[in-house]
Amino acid sequence: MDLLKSSFKEITEAVQLKKMSAKEVTQFFLKRSEQIDKKLNSFVIMNEKAIQQAEQIDQKIAHGEVVGPLAGVPFGIKDMLCTKGLRTTAGSKILENFIPPYDSTVVKKLKNAGVVVLGKLNQDEFAMGSSNETSYFGPVKNPWDLTRVPGGSSGGSAAAQAARLTAGTIGTDTGGSIRQPASFCGIVGVKPTYGRVSRYGIIAYASSLDQAGPMVSSVEDAALCLEVICGHDQMDSTTSQKSVPPFSKNLNPNIKGMKIGLIKEFMSGGLDPDVQKTVQNAIDELKKMGAEIVEISISLTDQAVPVYYLVAASEASSNLARYDGVKYGHRAHFESLASLELDEFYSKTRGEGFGPEVQRRIMLGTYCLSSGYYDAYYNKAGQVRRLMKNQYDEAFQKCDVILSPVTTSPAFKIGDRISDPLAMYLNDIFTVSTNLAGLPGMSLPFGFSSEKLPIGIQLTSSHFDEQRMLNVALALENVSSAKGALPNV
Amino acid sequence: MNPILRYEWGMIDQKTIQQIAKLSRLEVNDDQAQLFSEQMSIVLNYFEQISKVQTIGVEPMITPTEIENFWRDDLVVKENSSEDMLNNAPARTGNLFKVPPVVG
Amino acid sequence: MSSATQTAFMKSLQQRGYEAVIGLEIHVQLKTQSKMFCADSTQFDAADNENTSPVSVGMPGTLPVVNKLAIEYSIKTGLALGCQIRSKSVFSRKNYFYPDLPKGYQISQYDLPICEKGKISFVVDGYEKTVGITRAHMEEDAGKSNHHGDCTLLNYNRAGIPLLEVVSEPDIRTPTEAAEYVRTIRQIARYLDVCDGNLEEGSLRCDCNVSVRKIGAPEFGTKVEIKNINSFRFVEKAIEYEIERQIDFVDRGEKIIQETRLYDPDKNRTFSMRKKEDAQDYRYFPDPDLQPIIVTAEMIQKLKSELPELPRARAERFKKEHGLPEHDAAVLTNEKELADYYEATAAVCKNHKASSNWIMTDVLRELNQAQKNILQCPIKAFDLGNLIQMIDGNTISGKIAKTVFVEMWKTGDAPDKIVKEKGLTQITDNSAIEKIIDDVLAQSAPQVADYRSGKTKLFGFFVGAVMKATKGQANPDLVNKLLQDKLNG
Repeated sequence: MDLLKSSFKEITEAVQLKKMSAKEVTQFFLKRSEQIDKKLNSFVIMNEKAIQQAEQIDQKIAHGEVVGPLAGVPFGIKDMLCTKGLRTTAGSKILENFIPPYDSTVVKKLKNAGVVVLGKLNQDEFAMGSSNETSYFGPVKNPWDLTRVPGGSSGGSAAAQAARLTAGTIGTDTGGSIRQPASFCGIVGVKPTYGRVSRYGIIAYASSLDQAGPMVSSVEDAALCLEVICGHDQMDSTTSQKSVPPFSKNLNPNIKGMKIGLIKEFMSGGLDPDVQKTVQNAIDELKKMGAEIVEISISLTDQAVPVYYLVAASEASSNLARYDGVKYGHRAHFESLASLELDEFYSKTRGEGFGPEVQRRIMLGTYCLSSGYYDAYYNKAGQVRRLMKNQYDEAFQKCDVILSPVTTSPAFKIGDRISDPLAMYLNDIFTVSTNLAGLPGMSLPFGFSSEKLPIGIQLTSSHFDEQRMLNVALALENVSSAKGALPNV
Repeated sequence: MNPILRYEWGMIDQKTIQQIAKLSRLEVNDDQAQLFSEQMSIVLNYFEQISKVQTIGVEPMITPTEIENFWRDDLVVKENSSEDMLNNAPARTGNLFKVPPVVG
Repeated sequence: MSSATQTAFMKSLQQRGYEAVIGLEIHVQLKTQSKMFCADSTQFDAADNENTSPVSVGMPGTLPVVNKLAIEYSIKTGLALGCQIRSKSVFSRKNYFYPDLPKGYQISQYDLPICEKGKISFVVDGYEKTVGITRAHMEEDAGKSNHHGDCTLLNYNRAGIPLLEVVSEPDIRTPTEAAEYVRTIRQIARYLDVCDGNLEEGSLRCDCNVSVRKIGAPEFGTKVEIKNINSFRFVEKAIEYEIERQIDFVDRGEKIIQETRLYDPDKNRTFSMRKKEDAQDYRYFPDPDLQPIIVTAEMIQKLKSELPELPRARAERFKKEHGLPEHDAAVLTNEKELADYYEATAAVCKNHKASSNWIMTDVLRELNQAQKNILQCPIKAFDLGNLIQMIDGNTISGKIAKTVFVEMWKTGDAPDKIVKEKGLTQITDNSAIEKIIDDVLAQSAPQVADYRSGKTKLFGFFVGAVMKATKGQANPDLVNKLLQDKLNG
């Protein structure tokens, strides 16, 4: 059995039928990490209990006990998700030594399904970045070209999965942080509808935008993982009480007659020719399969990046106020507390603990919410956001699934954009609208650039209609030239 | 309350940066303030375009979730010890978190 | 403050040509078992940080989930205060850094509070006063700081306990009105059983906004907020001190500074809190982790139907339907439990005034001495009712009843049991009494002779002797009648 190519289903079946133990599967991936991750820097910490967890699953199977649908499948978890007893840092110095006494709901659900946690994956600090260069633990390298970024913020997840250091990974997506690195690294990444997946225990960046999802190697794996992690959670009252369909069972590549929307404003110039070509290939294939292509308009597309950053930064400035050196995390060194001013205690601790991009966004958000600016920034952004969502609702009257590029270009070079925040922000142009409107979206590998860099395409469907998006993805995956491609690391 | 900052799109000088930094409890030195001032000015200047969108009477969107009241029943659940809560504390005395002296 | 000194204070105020304008903010701690947004216990005397969890300590990724009972208590209180209940109210974040605030923001309500536009009336110094309620909003309490010289220690047991902040209009004009207003709010909260109303333990906390102006001036003076007032007496004292301080200031031509002052009960003065260099900018914005609170008409109707009769209405009913005097009605309705006790007593004996008399004199005296409340009263209302009925039914005399009452207090036994065991039943049998009279007269031959010779004053002597012989149990009316017959017959 070739674990580099095995699906979740195949791994679980092998483990359940005792063709291979969960321990052996886990050891395979741990060994691979040991050999390869020095080059990638995708893991922040390995789980010392991974083997132990795998053995427990093997014992259960040996005793004939019922095991979950992902029994023995080893996962890497983005370091935004709290893991009980396993250090969780959000890629930040301020949480360098934080050991959560609780599991995030997603991790709890994965463990219940039989997943073995291999370790925690590197990311941009507090998920603020599109290149993984803002991590306190150093940048992650793209396995297709070690001089390039893997994308961000879930860059560790994307790189680890692309290089198959993991069978599956979990990422989080606030403005494209699953889809963009998935595209840069040639894997499948799904951001579910806002409210599908519990945010409990996932370190908050922007509460109204954050959503966790699978970053895996196939549409089927993504569907299976979604079944496990989606659903209402009593610990997160913003999760939907809607039932979760059996996505993997319902997968159907027959998309004849389906209406695929193309956003007019996304296609107008500025697109890398290879990206353009990949999108066109997908359109052609969909047509061949009997789908109908319709043009739609989201005239507020230009506003998406400003609205996104204003909303996200505002929420972040408040969400990150809890990192103050009082209850956990980094505290600046002080000779004595006795003569210390409280403000100095806070400012020094936070000034040291947060990196420059996080500080920029905290300040931007503080500014947007401060007295006299609220209406022009935060409130205005919320209004434009509503109008954008309305435009998407209208668009989905005309089509079932929207097809678009994920990014303007394939993975860029490390160091290229890090000193120019605006250039970095504009990189998110195609992904942020999905989060603003709360829609499900995904990236599917569909080709390569002339430099042999993966290029993904983005699919978006209406609220809670992940199924149709997955079906189109499956249809395209079946004809994708990038299917099953592995980087040479 | 009077705004502490002058309202003008895309004009974030160093002094303003220091005021925001203070409100955010971030220690920022002069070099950083200079850099942040330039970067934030560029960013906000670009973001200024949202002011041109007509939004009179539009209710701001706070979160994408449709409203479904979900309230918990008034039940006590204890899953953690106080030790679990204090384990990560940078400084403690007994089972209390320790910080510099606060007046009032 | 006695009514007389109050009048003197007001007179001096008027002579100086000023009036005070007072508004109050009362934090009502809601009596739920668990906290506002998580399942920690709210028990008062827990060990340090015993009642905490990842949510209340503000750990990364944790989320608030609303306590339904806290919402219901808030609505009930709002209804009892004559407020309108918003069909949609919103939780907002109030952002500021302080060690007792674990998340760096307090979840509160800002522009859309759950209750608004109410009013309450009460009687003070014989006149009726009505005070408008601007709003009542829900929020979470902060933790407790223990200040030491060289450090401050934090206990988050209190962090997250639900509070309802009731904000009055600036309708109050005297310190006595202010105290009576607080008493009324406390009384209503206790009637609703939503708060235990303990000022000393902090389950009711009160901040006063005080300003002064020349009588007839159209505008309010600069207001000063006084915090840290933890008894009714201190409400009056603190406001009185503050009014005089402000008038002295204005008379001297100095300007009142808008500030927060603390009341020091030991020195009976207010003093300025450390001045903050900058005005606070709380950067309120709607909490994206919590949905707006939607309250339906049916829910309001249901809670309305569960409201108990409120103290003022109850007192009126006691006056009108039970014929009780104003004073009795006021005392008995002071606490809901006392009024319940009275009604239960009267329901058994059907004698309202006697029930009131027994409770107001005997029961309250004993409770006072034993420092107990009515719920701890060893005599059940049912038993007290029976005792009164035994008097009214001539089973025992009023005098014997006092003895029985003492026994009931000691043992908690039913009155008929005590009467039976101690043989205290009134003797109402003619022949039995006649026999005793005959014995007494036979043993007192000289006195009988004297009586018959005209010393009729000796009648009392015979009554006393008969009562003594029956241990007070003979029906006095019968004894009188039968003695007359025997002696004169």
